[in-house]
Amino acid sequence: MEFKGTAHRYGRDIDTDVIIPARYLNTSDPAELTKHCLEDLDADFVRNVAPGDILVAEENFGCGSSREHAPLCIKAAGVSCVIAKSFARIFYRNSINIGLPIMECPEAVDAIKQGDVVKVDADTGVITDETTGAVFQAHPFPPFIREIIEKGGLVNRTREVLGLK
Amino acid sequence: MPRPMTIAEKILAAHAGLDEVVPGQLIECDLDLVLANDITGPIAIKEFRKIGAERVFDAAKIALVPDHYAPNKDIKSAEQTKMLRDFAREQGIAHYYEVGCMGVEHALLPEQGVVAAGDLIIGADSHTCTYGALGAFSTGVGSTDAAVGFATGRAWFKVPESLKFEIEGELRPGVTGKDIILYIIGMIGVDGALYKAMEFTGSAIRSLSMEGRLAISNMAIEAGGKAGIIEVDDVTRAYMQGRMERPGVEYHSDADAEYAHVYRIKAEDIPVMVSWPHLPSNAHPVAESRDIAIDQAVIGSCTNGRIEDMRQAAEVLRGRKVHPNVRCIVIPATQLVYRQCIEEGLMEVFLDANCAVSTPTCGPCLGGYMGILAAGERCVATTNRNFVGRMGDPTSEVYLSNPAVAAASAVAGHLALPEDL
Repeated sequence: MEFKGTAHRYGRDIDTDVIIPARYLNTSDPAELTKHCLEDLDADFVRNVAPGDILVAEENFGCGSSREHAPLCIKAAGVSCVIAKSFARIFYRNSINIGLPIMECPEAVDAIKQGDVVKVDADTGVITDETTGAVFQAHPFPPFIREIIEKGGLVNRTREVLGLK
Repeated sequence: MPRPMTIAEKILAAHAGLDEVVPGQLIECDLDLVLANDITGPIAIKEFRKIGAERVFDAAKIALVPDHYAPNKDIKSAEQTKMLRDFAREQGIAHYYEVGCMGVEHALLPEQGVVAAGDLIIGADSHTCTYGALGAFSTGVGSTDAAVGFATGRAWFKVPESLKFEIEGELRPGVTGKDIILYIIGMIGVDGALYKAMEFTGSAIRSLSMEGRLAISNMAIEAGGKAGIIEVDDVTRAYMQGRMERPGVEYHSDADAEYAHVYRIKAEDIPVMVSWPHLPSNAHPVAESRDIAIDQAVIGSCTNGRIEDMRQAAEVLRGRKVHPNVRCIVIPATQLVYRQCIEEGLMEVFLDANCAVSTPTCGPCLGGYMGILAAGERCVATTNRNFVGRMGDPTSEVYLSNPAVAAASAVAGHLALPEDL
């Protein structure tokens, strides 16, 4: 699977409270949640993001609360992929489980600038900054996690395991 | 002979049906308990329906606690708690706690004897790591993991490396479990234990009550930790005695178990701490923070809403009044703690001091309700997070402290130690 979009750059320790503030968590509807995605960090994000765009962040993206609303609202905002130096572990699990593509690639994060057009090949982990021509290789997923991703998330995998069609 | 292992590795191996595991290994394990609340539960229930399973794997091994926006804050949150309630009734969930019986989940479940030593627990709440204080491997996950846990009783794990924190010596007066964990997070950073299991040991840890230990394990996630484990000793056994629904299993790390790193900390080096905005790692001694004026104090939460916390706050507030510029909100974390506050006369102390005392709820900790901050306001809180906008307006500020400091600050009108009063 290939994604291409404009990079939106943020810093380190982007926590799930700024990704989706708890004051909006009295609903679990992704369409409702996504109106407030990242608003305490970047009030213009929701207005500026276009389908396919890519989030780029430093270390520990998605730290804090376990709220799955965070990856859900990023996905519903149209973001195709998140590239970070590292992810907080619950956010990492949640993204894989719900089918939000994420990549760990410190070299790409250091090089990609705000507004660059970035292409990601999710199968090979190759990240291309089309604005500069630079090419990077993300850390590959272990086979077990790739299996969850290939099946379209943990729910689909579980249906198969339980023999439910 | 299996390889020498840590507590975390032993619990994971036992629940995967393996003699041994090594860090980095991906395993699937049987779970002793799966937990969700009124924020994460609704998504978990929707995902459970998508899986297509009709019944949960074991109605006795699921806990559903409406605590974040309960008692219902508004119509939308009423719909969320209703989803939880309806699902609990439909599935015959034994550990569903209605308003009037409920408490903040991570204070409630140990108190009610639902979690035990040696358990493997996942919870759709990041502070599920709290039960590590009982010698369990317990970790926060998202709603989809919880849904799959509901359906199958199983979850996948990457076996984490372990970090050991040895805290030896005698703690200085006024230093609590909360101060120890703020000190550690300040030392290693908010991702200092990322993907790793934290193990806390040493004579200073063994000297702590169960409340102090639960506060430490509770905040392992604030260093990025997957679990925050304290080995079982006589304090743990005394706490579990007569309380637990089932006997726990004690695991102890082997003397030659491998740790990614061992941190050795002298207990007397740890001061009474406060974490400034906007990260728990921004930790400073209270003694160097006295010029920070506050508008509100919150005493409660899954970190510090237990009876010992209430006693510590009341001891400071007894015979004193909250500063006229401060709102002090006290939230006993469970119905039992609330009752104990009445029986021990603490409630009278809080009311005499002009505190507002609430029924159990997570409420203000996550900026839900019951104490939201206006633009530019500052709050000292015994909670666990001080991120941007955590308790209200994005320009408001949260300072994390222990209960005695929060109470002293409420009286002083600025960050203060009890001895300053």
